[in-house]
Amino acid sequence: MDVKTGLFYLFAAVLLFAAFRVITSRNPVYAALYLVLAFFQASAIWLLLRAEFLAISLVLVYVGAVMVLFLFVVMMLDINVDALRQGFWKHFPLAAGIGALIALEMAAVLMGGFRLAEPRRPMATGPDTSNTLELGKLLYTEYLYPLEIAAVILLVAIVAAIALTLRTRKDSKYVNPSDQVRVKARDRVRIVQMPVTRAAQPVADEAPAAGETKA
Amino acid sequence: MTITLGHFLSLGAMLFALSVIGIFLNRKNLIVLLMCIELMLLAVNVNFVAFSYFLGDMHGQIFVFFILTVAAAESAIGLALLVLLFRNKSNINVDELNALKG
Repeated sequence: MDVKTGLFYLFAAVLLFAAFRVITSRNPVYAALYLVLAFFQASAIWLLLRAEFLAISLVLVYVGAVMVLFLFVVMMLDINVDALRQGFWKHFPLAAGIGALIALEMAAVLMGGFRLAEPRRPMATGPDTSNTLELGKLLYTEYLYPLEIAAVILLVAIVAAIALTLRTRKDSKYVNPSDQVRVKARDRVRIVQMPVTRAAQPVADEAPAAGETKA
Repeated sequence: MTITLGHFLSLGAMLFALSVIGIFLNRKNLIVLLMCIELMLLAVNVNFVAFSYFLGDMHGQIFVFFILTVAAAESAIGLALLVLLFRNKSNINVDELNALKG
């Protein structure tokens, strides 16, 4: 049993433990932190498989961005955990049965059918080869169009996330810039033409009809 | 004994099964449901990377790259929806999301 095998079993065990804690932990903050641990283990396993660029980008993108977003949201919301945990263990036997069935069946098929110990066409290894370079060559030549579609998807996600959570306060005072640009002088100032001097009105002779004297 | 392709695929299968169990267990908690979906995508990605290594084909890693992109967009929009939901209903219980029920 060489070092690589031992490392694989170590990373796999920690990954499965972290995944188990993600789905069973009581506090969503702990679940998010265990998910971070799971992503780290997965990226270590990808390093064993010589996918260096993807391993690093998994750590950077997932642990650095997505999980921090999760933690922000979890900590921002005031969640009543006890109400959400009601009936948590009620369906556990059914869920565990189905999960064990899936895992055992797939493991039986996969361990039997895919006994490929060595890479069939080994990728070039050594100090001069770069996984990132190979990935970039493919990505920017053959997959250029899908790459741009992925960029558009990210843009749509940005716009959608902002548009969904943007909230205009009712009491905020702000000026609409387009109204401000299009404003004319007559909207702001009203010029009233008045004669410069005017003869005084003749004082009315008769007293007010009600008979009361004005103060 | 050396590790074969089957070991990596079995690891992916177990991870996938665990996240299925998680979706069963956390039916009410929308945040943990989103985390389980992330775990499922991770399991699929492990399979892709394993096949890419053992078959010597870089296209699998390209696919993982795109899955990561889509998963990031999905979780961003999902969390935005979650915040919006919490703002309107003051909880995130899935059972109370029955406004469209006839």
